[in-house]
Amino acid sequence: MADSYSKKSNSKLKQFFAGDLWYDFHHSPVALLSFSISVLCLLLALTAQLIAPFDIFDLAAIDLMDADLPPPWAGEEGDSRFFLGTDDQGRDIWSGILYGAQISIFVGFTSVIISAIIGIALGLLAGYKGGRIDSFIMRVADIQLSFPAILIALLIDGVMRGLLPREMHDELAVYVLIFAISISGWVQYARTIRGSVMVEKNKEYVQAGQVIGLPSHIIALRHILPNVLNPIFVIGTIHLASAIITEATLSYLGVGMSPTTPSLGTLIRIGNEYLLSGEWWITLFPGAALVILVLSVNIFGDWLRDALNPKLR
Amino acid sequence: MTLLEAKNISIGFPSRHGMFVAVKDVSFNVQPGEILGVVGESGAGKSTVGNAIIALLEPPGEIIAGEVWFKGKRIDNLPEEEKRSMRGRHIGMIFQDPQTSLDPLKTIKQQLVETIDVHLRLGRKGSEKRAIELLEKVGIPDPELRINHYPHQFSGGMRQRVVIALALCGEPELIIADEPTTALDVSVQKQILDLMRKLCIETNVGMILVTHDMGVIAEVTDRVAVMYNSKLMEIGPTSQILSNPQHEYTKSLISAIPRPDKRIDRFPLVSYIEQIIEPEQAFNIKEHWLGQAQEYTMPVADDGTILQVKDLCMRFQISNSLFKSKRRYLDAVKGANFTIKEGETFGIVGESGSGKSTIARMVTGLYTPYSGSVNFLGKEISAINHTPEVLAYRRQMQMVFQDPFSSLNSRMRVMSIVAEPIMFHKLAQSREEAEQIVLDLLKLVGMSDDAYAKYPHQFSGGQRQRISIARALATRPRFLICDEPTSALDVSVQAQILNLLKDLQQELNLSMLFISHDLPVIRQMCDRVAVMQFGAILEQADTEQLFQNPQHQYTQHLLSLMPKLDMLPGRGLS
Repeated sequence: MADSYSKKSNSKLKQFFAGDLWYDFHHSPVALLSFSISVLCLLLALTAQLIAPFDIFDLAAIDLMDADLPPPWAGEEGDSRFFLGTDDQGRDIWSGILYGAQISIFVGFTSVIISAIIGIALGLLAGYKGGRIDSFIMRVADIQLSFPAILIALLIDGVMRGLLPREMHDELAVYVLIFAISISGWVQYARTIRGSVMVEKNKEYVQAGQVIGLPSHIIALRHILPNVLNPIFVIGTIHLASAIITEATLSYLGVGMSPTTPSLGTLIRIGNEYLLSGEWWITLFPGAALVILVLSVNIFGDWLRDALNPKLR
Repeated sequence: MTLLEAKNISIGFPSRHGMFVAVKDVSFNVQPGEILGVVGESGAGKSTVGNAIIALLEPPGEIIAGEVWFKGKRIDNLPEEEKRSMRGRHIGMIFQDPQTSLDPLKTIKQQLVETIDVHLRLGRKGSEKRAIELLEKVGIPDPELRINHYPHQFSGGMRQRVVIALALCGEPELIIADEPTTALDVSVQKQILDLMRKLCIETNVGMILVTHDMGVIAEVTDRVAVMYNSKLMEIGPTSQILSNPQHEYTKSLISAIPRPDKRIDRFPLVSYIEQIIEPEQAFNIKEHWLGQAQEYTMPVADDGTILQVKDLCMRFQISNSLFKSKRRYLDAVKGANFTIKEGETFGIVGESGSGKSTIARMVTGLYTPYSGSVNFLGKEISAINHTPEVLAYRRQMQMVFQDPFSSLNSRMRVMSIVAEPIMFHKLAQSREEAEQIVLDLLKLVGMSDDAYAKYPHQFSGGQRQRISIARALATRPRFLICDEPTSALDVSVQAQILNLLKDLQQELNLSMLFISHDLPVIRQMCDRVAVMQFGAILEQADTEQLFQNPQHQYTQHLLSLMPKLDMLPGRGLS
């Protein structure tokens, strides 16, 4: 008996590779392409410290003489060291993108995880308990939904900045961002989970648990929760793309990451000021990186949603 | 002239695992005015045959071999457009669930008139006149008035009549009815079957009636085709097949049908069907953990009463309002009284909506009664609460649910499912002991040795119901509530599960509350029976007495509706 339990993870993996999802995946060019681009972006961003030609945080390595150089293949003044050009302070754009993407992806992932945890907990509570708790949580969600997510994030960001001492702003900017984006994103998780929980809790296996005498927290966590988690992966993937966009938007608006630790959004904002004076590369390349990252994650999320929805099969 | 002829058809569903052949080499024909029954258990391929003839196979299903001829014309290879024009005009279809086969947003008139106009081009006025005639024909009173109603304003039986009228709109020569009465109560089922019989005779329409129910087959069909495991076992006149079946499968299928006419000790074993492991007595139950359940710390009352239910009422709120006077309620159970003695099986029988399941749920504490009391082993228990004292009583009472597909958590292995109650109630000293008990329990309910490590979806309905029973036994209960434990199962599997329940009851001295809509099953299983209608218990008596000498008018009515299988071998009226 013991060995069959130790084989558990192994056979689950086998099940996955034998399953329809894996089959659909490696037979769908869209899924394969979007997934590999997402993973590539992720790898590039995570290994920025190793592969970026310049350390953009190292002030000693930056030379103002190199400022505003176009890519070497697009202008005569270009320097072959900076193949995507440099920004107004002489930082390498390609290195900036790598480091910036790292921050964007970090903020995106963390806020997705926090939103999911908050949303799942509240959704489970609302769906299982029902009654007043349910009404209260769902009305809060409704109120929050009536404001655009970006507005909520702006609001929270503003409040936090007011509360924190000025000198800590830059240091804590990334955590404030994560907090703001997480809080603005939990609603869709909570709604989805609540709906599934309300369906699941009327099923007979839940009643069987009640007849056995199991207390409600065990029924909710051990029996219902594992049965309602599937849609979370879909929402999570799509939310990841929108969290990255929200982060970029906030940074672009100047309330997110500071220019000294730039994310993709900050880079786009910096470049934006020079766009009209002809230095297009400073904003175009970070912008393109953002589009590629978000689009591939989004397309993959869409595919995942369709693949997991039995009605569309 | 032969209306429809299927010649050696095979139907396949291509998939990435290769071709799944759902129907293999099936041949039959239908004459005008004749009802051909297609009977078989789930997965036999009977519905697939019906869908293939009307070209409504779910993609990617297709007829991979054979031919279908309709009135001397081959129809299986027609282009899609011509197949579409055949549907409704020449071949009509009646589906199982009247709830979903009508459009809820359109009146009956809109649906009928549109269909008639498409097929017969009678114009608005003519179509309307025809629609009213059709409604009259299918037995809907006040057709001029009712035609303007929406589907939800009709009862289940009336709605199925409308569906039949809809199938008749194009004046088809052949109707395919897929389980047309399965979703209906017995009393309505009888009326619908009579109607279909009448229509076939009057209009000379041929019909293919797909069903799992031998009672329906016996009631209306002229000839019957028996299918098993994608193949046609035998085909012939209904009376001949039922009274003198030739094929082994048909014989065992017929023997498994619960007898309505007299009580027998055990159901004859159905061989030929899915591998069954008869629970062998692998251990002495008296010395086993299971046999030591009777810690008589909670003795049964002197007269042997284990459960007493007094004036039990249940009221559901169906519409809420701030004002008390505007709230509306439904009284699901109105003052139920009964007692169950130790070792006895008490049955509750009634049609859907009669409140029988609500009683079960109040007894187990899933619902809190509106008023009245449930007294179990001398202790008043009403709602589920988790004080240790009440929990000790609750543990003595377990439930087997109706739907084996939703009553087991699909994310848990069988081992964890059955071990959970043992561990939770600390009935074993250690995890190892609990696991050993689970293995013994699984053996006791007739599961194979390797079942414990699998997930529920790897089992068939009957096997899941066995697991469900093992879980119920895992708290060492003295009282078992079975809510329609076999109504989601095939007849052959039903026989096995009922035998299992009987055995377990004897071995463990269980008392049972057995709920069913199926009178023959009740007769085989129960010592005493209560008959329910509209939330009230109309009559309760010893089973034999009730079946031989029913007092209440409704009971007499229900008994008269039992399928007449008198022609079955050895089943003459005794």
